[in-house]
Amino acid sequence: MSEALKVPTMAEMMAAGETPDILFWVGCSGSFDDRAKKITKAIVKILNKVDMKFAVLGTEESCTGDPAKRAGNEFTFMMQAMSNIQVLNAYEVKKIVTGCPHCFNTLKNEYPELGGKYEVIHHTQLVQQLINEGKLKVEGGEFKGKKITFHDPCYLGRANGEYEAPRSVIEKLDVELAEMKRSRANGLCCGAGGAQMFKEAEPGNKEVNMERAEEALALKPDVIATGCPFCNTMMTDGVKYNDKQDETQVLDVAELIAQANDL
Amino acid sequence: MEYIPQILFLIMLAVGFGLFAKSAMRIRRNVLLGRDIDRKDRASDRMNLMLRVALGQSKMVVRPIAGTLHIIVYAGFLLINIEVAEIIIDGLFGTHRIFAPVLGGLYTAAINFFEILGVLVIVACAIFLWRRNVMKIGRFHSTEMKGWPFKDANYILIIEIVLMCALLIMNAAEANFPDEHRAAGPFLISGLIAPVFSGMSYETLHLIERVCWWAHIAGILFFLNYLPYSKHFHIILAFPNVYFSKLTPKGQFTNLESVKKEVELMLDPNADPFAAPAEPAGEAEHQRFGAKDVQDLSWVQLMNAYSCTECGRCTSNCPANITGKKLSPRKIMMDTRDRLEEVGAIIDVNKGTFVDDGKSLLHDYITPEELWACTSCNACTEACPVNIDPLSIIIDLRRYLVMEESSMPAELAPVMSNLENNGAPWQFSPADRFNWAQEG
Repeated sequence: MSEALKVPTMAEMMAAGETPDILFWVGCSGSFDDRAKKITKAIVKILNKVDMKFAVLGTEESCTGDPAKRAGNEFTFMMQAMSNIQVLNAYEVKKIVTGCPHCFNTLKNEYPELGGKYEVIHHTQLVQQLINEGKLKVEGGEFKGKKITFHDPCYLGRANGEYEAPRSVIEKLDVELAEMKRSRANGLCCGAGGAQMFKEAEPGNKEVNMERAEEALALKPDVIATGCPFCNTMMTDGVKYNDKQDETQVLDVAELIAQANDL
Repeated sequence: MEYIPQILFLIMLAVGFGLFAKSAMRIRRNVLLGRDIDRKDRASDRMNLMLRVALGQSKMVVRPIAGTLHIIVYAGFLLINIEVAEIIIDGLFGTHRIFAPVLGGLYTAAINFFEILGVLVIVACAIFLWRRNVMKIGRFHSTEMKGWPFKDANYILIIEIVLMCALLIMNAAEANFPDEHRAAGPFLISGLIAPVFSGMSYETLHLIERVCWWAHIAGILFFLNYLPYSKHFHIILAFPNVYFSKLTPKGQFTNLESVKKEVELMLDPNADPFAAPAEPAGEAEHQRFGAKDVQDLSWVQLMNAYSCTECGRCTSNCPANITGKKLSPRKIMMDTRDRLEEVGAIIDVNKGTFVDDGKSLLHDYITPEELWACTSCNACTEACPVNIDPLSIIIDLRRYLVMEESSMPAELAPVMSNLENNGAPWQFSPADRFNWAQEG
């Protein structure tokens, strides 16, 4: 890391009488999971690099309620949603970037009806915008010429129709973007969604993440890229189970950008 | 005496359409047992979607072989049935090929076109039978396809082949009529079959032609009445089903209004905890959280169930099913339809009211094990050629399990309490949530 991360909180910003252009919604994984924290930091490095005026909620952030809602627990979801909306509206938040497609989907689609209306984008969409606007210059760096395959997170892809942003960012790295047979709208889930991340799988003959990891590994990629901390965990497990961690890395699109450009 | 065939025809037509109308009304009544849901917004978007997905078959061609063959059968069904208009007029008025003299060359062209389509339909149906019975494609042989659903599919294909053959044989027989009796033809395809009947007397040929004519229209009326008891009802419901399908992003789940109200009250610092509960506004009956039985689902979800033609694209794309779990989105839809039929039958025998039979969609048809295998990935809704939404039913049933039965997989219970107490699914203190920024 070249320099210390600058991560202002909403509270600090407000105390200084400032309003950030965008709120970075970190998410539970990005805050607590050791692997996902690296993704969070990569996103912050990108934001710092382009001098984005952003803030996080810090300890005022709480789960969006996604796992509760997908599990059928509307009460817990609603409690989380309503209190988050109170916080967000108190800070008069207009625009949010999330590090997780589940937070992205919930904030973007399910909060408006409850009084939380914000412009919500996923971090791969933000990076794409920054590149397109010329604010972020990226080079392939260590990934130049490498083979990368992108695993579509269900809640970014099918759930919200975003297939191109992460791919266009990856292509900027001057790499070979290899597609799995099941990709884009036809992509196969990593197995973590719908609260599966937090429970044992039901009886079957295979784990979903193994099925997906094998499909990705069949391409013999240098990197399996994704845009979701849960997909990242599932794919990493699948790669390790196949003993391919020395050949294939699992990285978030934000990490690809940050690492390639020595951020 | 000469009017007897016309009278018979009229009776057959009236009975055929009358019985179908009765069945259709029964299905409509069953669908409307569902809760209300507003799907009348964005009419032009809905119309465009219906034209593209239902009429235009845009999602069918995702699988090119099955998709192309399906379009042939579908186009054949739509276009060849134009001929039914002539059959009905001829049947009612005792005429023979009434459009032939009126349309002249155009008539010959039209029938030639129908004959070519008819042959294509026969070929496509034969390939479909081959795929189901000889190739044994996996998705046609899952557990939920055993018995009636498997036979149903074969019956439909065989009936379609028989109907097309009747049409061709009818024309082939007429091709051998002496010129003064022949109203039209010979035509392209039936002309090739015609030599089979050469040398027969006019009386025999006329008999063959009549038998095929009656078999064709009787077959069509039989098929019409078979539809409401078959998965094949999709040929009718595909259109409204796509029209009323979900237009919001696939990831967006509904918010339960009743839960929202309660939580709002909990979070309102000005709410009087000792206040008497407000008078229930209109809604006299307590509505369950989520769905236990078919009446707790919306009419769109129930229409989905009748629209399903059991193609199994949902199930073959479902990550849970692919990895051997019990969940099959197709079975969710078939179970919903079967239970709804059962509820409808109970209502029929009890003169319009439902009498609790101690059974429900949840548990008796769909087990928690199936429901908890879902990753909510939307592969099923994406795959469905007519925009059926099995995921919404899975989530509604989960809601009932969790909120009414307090039942969920053991590992999820602490996750829920962590969410409530710590604002995260794991047992971390909310105070540590921002520690990442200080770590190297």
